[in-house]
Amino acid sequence: MPVRQQGERLIWQRRDRRGALLHWAWMFGFAVVLLASWQVISERTLWDFVLDAPAQGADLVSRMFPPDFAYLNALWRPLWDTINMATLGTLIALVLAVPLAFLAARNTTPRFPLVRPLALLIIVTSRSINSLIWALLLVLILGPGVLAGVIAIALRSVGFIGKLLYEAIEEIDRRPVEAITATGATAAQLRVYGVVPQVMPAFAGISVYRWDINIREATILGLVGAGGLGLELMASVNTLAWGRVATLFLLILGTVLISEWISAKLRAAVT
Amino acid sequence: MNRTAAVVGVPWRRPPLITNPWLRRGLFIGVPLYLFVAFGTLEINWARVAAGMPRALEFLGALASPDFVSRGDQIIDGVLESLTMTVVATFLGFLLSVPIALGAARNLAPAPVYLFCRAIIAISRSFQEIIIAILLVAMLGFGPLAGVATLAFASIGFIAKLAAEEIEAMDPRPLEAIRATGGSWLQRVHWAVQPQVLPRVAGITLYRLDINFRESAIIGIVGAGGIGATLNTAFDRYEFDTAAAILLVIIVIVLAAEYASGWLRGRLR
Repeated sequence: MPVRQQGERLIWQRRDRRGALLHWAWMFGFAVVLLASWQVISERTLWDFVLDAPAQGADLVSRMFPPDFAYLNALWRPLWDTINMATLGTLIALVLAVPLAFLAARNTTPRFPLVRPLALLIIVTSRSINSLIWALLLVLILGPGVLAGVIAIALRSVGFIGKLLYEAIEEIDRRPVEAITATGATAAQLRVYGVVPQVMPAFAGISVYRWDINIREATILGLVGAGGLGLELMASVNTLAWGRVATLFLLILGTVLISEWISAKLRAAVT
Repeated sequence: MNRTAAVVGVPWRRPPLITNPWLRRGLFIGVPLYLFVAFGTLEINWARVAAGMPRALEFLGALASPDFVSRGDQIIDGVLESLTMTVVATFLGFLLSVPIALGAARNLAPAPVYLFCRAIIAISRSFQEIIIAILLVAMLGFGPLAGVATLAFASIGFIAKLAAEEIEAMDPRPLEAIRATGGSWLQRVHWAVQPQVLPRVAGITLYRLDINFRESAIIGIVGAGGIGATLNTAFDRYEFDTAAAILLVIIVIVLAAEYASGWLRGRLR
């Protein structure tokens, strides 16, 4: 126990000398990084504009109320598009992610060099890029619209589902697989009867969870032209129609909460 | 007995995935019906898709030969801005999360404070970064400060929620011991709560640092600074080789941040 001597008495201390120095060195290093970072940001900020922020904020809020509820009637179709982007995107991602996960899991990957690293590379690439960036790219290639959104959602979800699923596959109980091997089953039968039943609950849970996240993301993909509610949001922000923006925020919030509730119920049902 | 008798001599069939037959049949009909309707309303412009194929090839070519040089200054600038935004925002988010997490822990806070802090967390969690960014850009003007404010606000929902759960799950005995010595509320927090919870909260904050960098790469699309703005410009100019370079930079930093934060979290435990 680190102590400090003061006259006759020993006084308890939290850290010994070396620990304390190391602690302060870390703190000092962190403070330097933080201040340097703040310097960079401060240089690029128009502080006059920021001083005006409370007035701007109050103005914004006063323009948002009351929300323009008549505008809701124009939003049902974009809402349908948004839900479709999330759902179809998730379904496409499932179709792509399942074989990928089997190739990436250590215990089901084929004995063939480079297959597993390649599968992992695809998963990592897909996971590192946000669906909004995928959408940015796909709108250029496929043109603006729901299709770009569906594929953007799918490309982002493949990595997410693939990663969680291959981890679930690696964690299965080996004994049922061995038992089925002992009956002389082929490799395909092994997967269908030994592996799949074990990962099915995890698979269903992961899919529903990702669907929920995708609903959330699909509401904003329109900001870069990929259809759905985001497209209306961009148009309303650009024309400074803040009453409409408020309506959109409420609709997005409601959609997200409902999808979260559905997803929580479904996940509780499968696990 | 009856169940055995019913099974003997009957060939084994795989149990269905969904046990409820009505739900199973409902899905069997409902899913194709939904797919049919949904695909029907997609409104795909095949001519436009076909016209875009050369661009897809161009982008794939660009991925093979990314151009880091011709917009090198802007890429470095954007990455620097993203990294600084991430650091400052995570720190601010952490500072703001500490009081909110203490207030949102049922074993430390009285009911009104608890509800107030939980409400802040719920608001921060329900809106996505980019929506908050739109509002803050309108208030604070274009630039990285709006990005910092966005990420800091979004971090509150994440750090405070998980930290509050850690506080609620901690060992209550040290808390009682400090209370028995006559420690004030602040002393209880400092000597009983903080030592138990801080290592995990530090881990949570590091995880959020990682998330904040990912998000900092996209909020630039609505004008909140960072590498996202550079990327958006590159796509607007159809400079696929520069865009590919930026994407590769983002992937590398995201992976580095993920491994670094995972390694640090592992050491903290």
